[in-house]
Amino acid sequence: MWGSRKLISSGSRFLGVRRSGCRVAQGDCPRSTASAGLEIGKSKILCLVRAHFRARRWNFVAVPSHGRRVYSENQLSWTLPIKPWIFSEYRIMWFKSCKMTFVCFNRMKSYRYPWTRLYSTSGTTVDSSEVKTFLALAHRWWDEQGVYAPLHSMNDLRVPFIRDNLLKTVANHQPGKPLSGMKILDVGCGGGLLTEPLGRLGASVIGIDPVAENIETAQRHKSFDPVLDKRIEYRACALEEIVEETAETFDAVIASEVVEHVTDLETFIQCCWQVLKPGASLFITTINKTQLSYALGIVFAEQIAGIVPKGTHTWEKFVSPEMLESILESNGLSVQTVAGMFYNPFSRYWHWSENTSLNYAAHAVKSGAQEHQVPAESVLKEETEELQATASTNAGVREEVKK
Amino acid sequence: MGTMAARLAVSRWVAARAAARRGPLVSCRRWSGVATDTVYDVVVSGGGLVGAAMACALGFGAWDHICNMRYRAFRRMQVWDACSEALIVFDKDNLDDMGYIVENDVIMHALTKQLEAVSDRVTVLYRSKAVGYTWPYSFPMADSSPWVQITLGDGSTLQTKLLIGADGHNSGVRQAAGIQNVSWNYDQSAVVATLHLSEATENNVAWQRFLPSGPIALLPLSDTLSSLVWSTSHEHAAELVSMDEEKFVDAINSAFWSDVNHTDFIDSAGTMLHYAIAFLKPTKVSARQLPPSVARVDAKSRALFPLGLGHAAEYVRPRLALIGDAAHRVHPLAGQGVNMGFGDISSLVHHLSTAAFNGKDLGSMSHLTGYETDRQRHNTALLAATDVLKRLYSTSATPLVLLRTWGLQATNAVSPLKEQIMAFASK
Repeated sequence: MWGSRKLISSGSRFLGVRRSGCRVAQGDCPRSTASAGLEIGKSKILCLVRAHFRARRWNFVAVPSHGRRVYSENQLSWTLPIKPWIFSEYRIMWFKSCKMTFVCFNRMKSYRYPWTRLYSTSGTTVDSSEVKTFLALAHRWWDEQGVYAPLHSMNDLRVPFIRDNLLKTVANHQPGKPLSGMKILDVGCGGGLLTEPLGRLGASVIGIDPVAENIETAQRHKSFDPVLDKRIEYRACALEEIVEETAETFDAVIASEVVEHVTDLETFIQCCWQVLKPGASLFITTINKTQLSYALGIVFAEQIAGIVPKGTHTWEKFVSPEMLESILESNGLSVQTVAGMFYNPFSRYWHWSENTSLNYAAHAVKSGAQEHQVPAESVLKEETEELQATASTNAGVREEVKK
Repeated sequence: MGTMAARLAVSRWVAARAAARRGPLVSCRRWSGVATDTVYDVVVSGGGLVGAAMACALGFGAWDHICNMRYRAFRRMQVWDACSEALIVFDKDNLDDMGYIVENDVIMHALTKQLEAVSDRVTVLYRSKAVGYTWPYSFPMADSSPWVQITLGDGSTLQTKLLIGADGHNSGVRQAAGIQNVSWNYDQSAVVATLHLSEATENNVAWQRFLPSGPIALLPLSDTLSSLVWSTSHEHAAELVSMDEEKFVDAINSAFWSDVNHTDFIDSAGTMLHYAIAFLKPTKVSARQLPPSVARVDAKSRALFPLGLGHAAEYVRPRLALIGDAAHRVHPLAGQGVNMGFGDISSLVHHLSTAAFNGKDLGSMSHLTGYETDRQRHNTALLAATDVLKRLYSTSATPLVLLRTWGLQATNAVSPLKEQIMAFASK
């Protein structure tokens, strides 16, 4: 089984690191051959046994390799591929085998290499490595008991969240189609898991995703239902590509489980702002960046329990609510609600929670008076200028703009 | 529709189950109301009481139609044993009605009227028979339709997102889906008839007496009319249906009044416990009333049907739900058969409307399993209790008679227990 083999090779590699005193090496690690060989031999068997046992206990999802691992017994050397999620997996092996507590995390963090970039300045929000991860599972979206089961189950929280917040903005609604007449953009729609329920509630939805295979799956799935076929439109593209043609056209933009996969969050939010009508809503659900989310969201969910396919998430890209709020506020979106969500892997249901340290949902509204998009610093400068040029008649209006 | 006047209780306590076997109807319900769609949201297969009620579950105006027709409220229920003096009386202290007895035909008529009222959303296909079902694959395959396909007798096909099977205890839908069904036949058939009482009374008590051959029940329909449900052996039932009217009336009266099955031993044992209870709990003891006597029977109103128990192992599958007798079949001694069916409808409608308001696919297992859990919990308990009671009362062996005599007397003495029973049955 692919999974168990991966474990075995990683486990053995881990040994080398341990021996060299907790240092992560890139390239060869010089060591005396003979004694090391014996030690490694004994411990390798132990690790093999442990890894095999673990592989049998936990149901590993067979996911194709994201990078190359080269393990060579004879040479006592290895190459560590420089890819963020591989490194996190490596770190995880350490954690498991030593049965360490959180104390170790701090030590490990200090050895982290700074190649993991958080935000690029390239101007695109799509991370090509993320694209590859999702490509492998493009046909599995609609299996409700399969790898995407938690996302199917999350609809029980996010659809009412979106629906109820949108209904607050309308006076009355048709009983069968509460969202009829609304135009919604679902960014990173994947296979259309969230797009279809919104379509069933009466909205006209456009779903976009950079992975063409996802769009194909979504397209095929909705084609069987004549009502949904008319209400939903899918496009394989990135958000920035449609900003020009769809400026200020949407009543709501939804970015659910997306912002932890984009490369440039600032640009992403700005694009969202541009396509929203004044007063329209932005809905985001994502994962917080805490030690708990690392332990449960990556170690437990991906590695141990297999709830999420391995390699789906990178802890460095998680966004805390405080950071998200500050980016939203500085880009003209006022945050209305932030609510924590919690997934119970045994009952397979999501619940709302007071605690936002794992998953959370946010609702922000585009302020009505802002005419054009400006970068964060110049907004501040502009406001200070306006404040200084006091004109008594416009004081009230400026108060609004400042808000 | 026949002349069978079986009784049902809507709203609160109890009466016997529906007896009629309808010709198969297929009702299709569309929620979106677009005429050119060929994919239906829901198709209900089976147009009996439960099927028709499901189809018009969106509009609850059916009760208004019933109120304009014949129905009867009852306030009291007396159940007693043929082998002893033990009896149990269900009574409500306040003057509320315990429940209502409504004839089968009356309910069907009301439901049909209501279906006409919602005809923009519900299409009823009369005299159509479903001959085949095609189930979707559990995993979405490339080009296969994800909907259920139903082939009708005339060759046309319907597609639907959710198929509801309400086609009786020999459910074709359940068999086509391959759902396991635990079932056995009781060696009993039920005889139903409409009876004229000897004198007009304030007919608001439901009577049931357990004979060794099976329970006989008299349920009020009006001041002069009552409905009979008599469960007995196949041979006796066939005899009853074919014998002439006078003899039939005599048989009924003697079944209610005769003391032939009493034994001295049981009588004294019963009296002993009765004194003990009166000593311990000297509260009011409900006077034992005597059932009315029967004068004659409505011509052509006699009919019979076989009895058995049945319970489906699963009520739901992807895009399939079973309700009513298709899911569970029970002995009429507690009058709960169709009530359980109506309970199924209420639960399924609740789950479906929540799912629809969340934009979910109607055939998705996530809410269907919620319905299944809800109803299986309730129905299994009731089914088991009814089966135990039936077996307990089918014998005249002394130890069991003693047990049930004392049990009945004790239950009669404990009012909270009786209230619990009434509450459970009215869910």
